[in-house]
Amino acid sequence: MTDATVVMEKPASQGKAIWQQFRTHKGALFGLIVLGILIVSVVIGPFLWVPEKLRVAEAIMLKNQGPSLRFPLGTDQLGRDMLSRMMAAGKVSLAVGFVAMFIAMTVGTTIGILAGYFKRLDGPLMRLTDMFLALPLIPLLLVMVMLFRDRIASIIGPEMGAFALIVFAIGVTSWMQAARIVRGEVLALKEREYVLAARSIGAIPRRIIFRHILPNVVSPVMVAATLGIADAIITESVLSFLGLGFPPDFPTWGRLLFDGLSYMQIYPERVIWPGIAISLTVLSVNYIGDGLRDALDPRIRGR
Amino acid sequence: MFDQPVNNLVEVSDLKMYFPIYTGIFRRHTGDVKAVDGVSFNIREGETLGLVGESGCGKSTVGRALLRLYEPTAGSVMISGENIATLDSEALRKKRPTMQMVFQDPQASLNPRMTLADIISEPLIEHTDWPVERRLERVLELMDAVGLNRRFANRFPHEFSGGQRQRIGIARALALNPKFIVCDEPIAALDVSIQAQVVNLLEDLQTRLGLTYLFISHDLSMVRHIADRVAVMYLGRIAELSPRDELFAKPLHPYAEALLSAVNEPDPNRARRERIILQGDVPSPANPPKGCNFCTRCPKAFARCHQEKPELVEVEPGRQVACFLYEDKKPAVSIGRPEAKTEHNQQGETL
Repeated sequence: MTDATVVMEKPASQGKAIWQQFRTHKGALFGLIVLGILIVSVVIGPFLWVPEKLRVAEAIMLKNQGPSLRFPLGTDQLGRDMLSRMMAAGKVSLAVGFVAMFIAMTVGTTIGILAGYFKRLDGPLMRLTDMFLALPLIPLLLVMVMLFRDRIASIIGPEMGAFALIVFAIGVTSWMQAARIVRGEVLALKEREYVLAARSIGAIPRRIIFRHILPNVVSPVMVAATLGIADAIITESVLSFLGLGFPPDFPTWGRLLFDGLSYMQIYPERVIWPGIAISLTVLSVNYIGDGLRDALDPRIRGR
Repeated sequence: MFDQPVNNLVEVSDLKMYFPIYTGIFRRHTGDVKAVDGVSFNIREGETLGLVGESGCGKSTVGRALLRLYEPTAGSVMISGENIATLDSEALRKKRPTMQMVFQDPQASLNPRMTLADIISEPLIEHTDWPVERRLERVLELMDAVGLNRRFANRFPHEFSGGQRQRIGIARALALNPKFIVCDEPIAALDVSIQAQVVNLLEDLQTRLGLTYLFISHDLSMVRHIADRVAVMYLGRIAELSPRDELFAKPLHPYAEALLSAVNEPDPNRARRERIILQGDVPSPANPPKGCNFCTRCPKAFARCHQEKPELVEVEPGRQVACFLYEDKKPAVSIGRPEAKTEHNQQGETL
């Protein structure tokens, strides 16, 4: 046939092509930078900014301070440095948000794909989804935390225990939207001719799902995931507020927000700091998801 | 009939494909859409059987049921001696390489997220345990065979034109050296100049690789070009199955006659066949007429046509027709008036 010396057009490697497209999305780039700053500051920040050790009497004197050079973000009602508390809180909140979102998306996508692809599973799985949607969330979480908090805490320690429990609780109670979206998408996708072509080739369902269906449901999952992070952070703060989440002295952004709530009229900055942090996280993750969705689609890429 | 009888590669007998209709709040099974209702034909090795008919007559369903992309309701499909309709899933999977399909819409039949090399090597991944290099070699070989530049191996489907995409689809179908390919309107979505290229490619591959085609189309001139024999379908049944030249010279079944009268003659000096305009609409396949499926619109229908369904019988050597007109070689007695029909089922209308 033709001589084999013809150089095959090397694709700019998949990763590089995705990055090229991602870079063209200004919002996504901005989001990535902001989220990067947030993550770096909560991870490295505590090593750079060590709050001065105050005796209780001094701390009481210095409570409810406004921003100053000594306390860049002010102090809270017990005279604790807000900056260091914000950083410690951010570590927990971000971790809860991402891990809970990851669990929810994994469960939701799995159930959605199974329900959409296998007709026999559709009924039972979607009724299960409806059941979860119908469950009153807060009482359910309450019962879960009541039943398992001490048991888990005795195994992996109170803080890790609370973290694991909260992440799990949020994860298993917020996958339903994703499952529904994915199922709808799969129902449409599996009638596409390329799926039919794969069947005519003799591809087994597992390969059809991984090769043809999963890559094509990425976009709706990505959107659901970015919104899910925000929801997870806020649900965690609700739980902590109700005393079901982390112990009271253990800061999270949601907790700081609720602590500041009662002083909002006198010291509004106490609510503004965690509020800004949560909003920035959600916004940047949203933009990143947006950019990533475009970048992962070869039809949009290079346009 | 002109040459020695060749082995039949595909033998379809009494193939039925009903899609159930469920109605009411209890989703009770109240009827069937009889998309394919008792179709029998053979395809000889190395030949092209054209399958024509208007849209909705069940052409594509026949093609898909043949490869068991649908589970046929009844009937058998023998492909080189094995009944595809009843094989268990593992045996069917083993059998898949011998029968492949080229799809109608080249845009829809290629996964937009896979590169050309991935798409063409998919059958190889499924059915061989070749290492990557060997697969790539075969992919490039196939790209040469269908006339795609080797440089394009790592591009995505959306970067190609319609004709090139259809070539990708053909290359994928060829990957496992099939014997039998169902071409489900492979040219319907392409523009005319590209149609010729793709059809010539298909013909070329047929002579080189000894392929057998079932060529589904509603483009009669294209079928005339590529097919050796042609089956004309109407409402889920075959009306006439004849060798191409005989059919185009003198269609026997009244429906085939009407259908072929619609073919345009490019040469204005040639005497044009008078067009036969059928009255009325195609009955719903969920509720076909009692007698011959075509009796509601047939200009030559007589009493018996409304009572019994005609079987596909050989009336001349090599020509099979499902029409009472030819059963005893008697000419039509009475001419039915289509507008007098009370039965009037629109397509898509449920019971």
